[in-house]
Amino acid sequence: MAYPSAARSSPPPQPSVKVILASVDLPRVVDRIAHQILEKTQGATDTVLLGIPTRGAPLARRLAARISAFEGISVPVGVLDITLYRDDLRRHATRAVGPTEVPAGGIDGRRVILVDDVLFSGRTVRAALDALGDLGRPASVQLAVLVDRGHRQLPIRADYVGKNIPTALAESVKVTLAEIDGTDEVRLYGEEAR
Amino acid sequence: MIRHLLSGADLDADTATQILDTAAEMAAVAGREVKKLPALRGRTVVNLFYEDSTRTRISFEAAAKRLSADVINFSAKGSSVAKGESLKDTALTLQAMGADAVVVRHPASGAPHRLAAWVDGSVVNAGDGTHEHPTQALLDAYTMRARLGRLAGLSVAVVGDVLHSRVARSNVLLLSTLGAKVTLVGPPTLIPVDIAAALAPDTGVCYDLDAVLPSSDVVMMLRVQRERMNDSYFPSAREYARRYGLDGPRMGRLPEHAIVMHPGPMNRGMEITPEVADSPRSTIVEQVANGVSVRMAVLYLLLGGNNR
Repeated sequence: MAYPSAARSSPPPQPSVKVILASVDLPRVVDRIAHQILEKTQGATDTVLLGIPTRGAPLARRLAARISAFEGISVPVGVLDITLYRDDLRRHATRAVGPTEVPAGGIDGRRVILVDDVLFSGRTVRAALDALGDLGRPASVQLAVLVDRGHRQLPIRADYVGKNIPTALAESVKVTLAEIDGTDEVRLYGEEAR
Repeated sequence: MIRHLLSGADLDADTATQILDTAAEMAAVAGREVKKLPALRGRTVVNLFYEDSTRTRISFEAAAKRLSADVINFSAKGSSVAKGESLKDTALTLQAMGADAVVVRHPASGAPHRLAAWVDGSVVNAGDGTHEHPTQALLDAYTMRARLGRLAGLSVAVVGDVLHSRVARSNVLLLSTLGAKVTLVGPPTLIPVDIAAALAPDTGVCYDLDAVLPSSDVVMMLRVQRERMNDSYFPSAREYARRYGLDGPRMGRLPEHAIVMHPGPMNRGMEITPEVADSPRSTIVEQVANGVSVRMAVLYLLLGGNNR
């Protein structure tokens, strides 16, 4: 491939897209979070992973698969749809409700780890905590996210973070996962790309 | 998204399927410790009932409360309607109280359509005269899908007093939208043939119940609405029961998987025998439970977002 000389002469005003995690990096990050969960929870006993749709759900399944591969423990996995608990329902057209799947053993007295792709304002996690309260009474609740991009609007902090990405408010972070989008990637889009 | 739900024809296949899918999620709430969702917090739903009703009014009330809406029940008896207040003046009163949704049942066909023009909120038709009852059709469709796994291609026999049945009308409209084939069965005096064809072109008509039973996936028995009958539509109740009532031997002619439905209230011994009504094939009690989930879905989709 020739050296891109054209790029030097007159760079066109193209939207800035930066790949934060490529498809080879993302599984390593998931592996690390799985190890951290095992370490911090002394072997992930009495633990339930609940993924927040859309992309938290496959992430939770991947974490459970890795935990099982590392230590042979099978951690129950579920899905927690938070649509009906959002605080911005009235600002948009009616949102479609997704499925909530609670593992057979329930969440009462368990350690629940919420799993989401991007932690931003914290409002999704607030809604998830409200939803959890209606489902049962967990012994404790933790939060695992693939990306923390900052700009919290609520006092919420993640227990497990795949990658911290300093962002401007106008930028956007997009996670793609093989299960849903065909590829594993995390991209940061500049404001003009929105 | 639609603003009112007045007719089974207001729903296209996508919207109807979305309501059924949402209802399936709402049904999960019934099995939880806290049977409540915050989605409609601060919204007001008025149940405006000009006609007697048990299950529909209670069902709408339970649905609105499970979504955390405030519910105001209004029944014509014991209200200013008894003093002669018109529907429009009542509507303006509700408007002034800030009702976000009005669930209306009225003996006059078309009353909800008029009401929809007078109030800013969403209007849900909970049965108007002999016209329509769309949420009943939705819960019937939901029950069929839950029991049989699909709606497209199902053969549904709607049996009995089709002429006076708003349930039948809404079901014909909705089920044909969702791909089921409806056959209306009953005495010729109680089947409005022209209307049946106008509602959905492929609707069948048959005057012989025994002929349609072996090929039906669903048999929906309708109540004989004596209170709306001013003429004699059939010679006697006994003759009606013998020709169009569903009893044990008739149920035996249905395919193995077929289900028996009834929107209630039943005239046991008239259109359905107790043996059939209480059999495992009967979905009558399920229909009531599903009614709450389906109405939650309807209220959420009408009121849950900023659809104005």
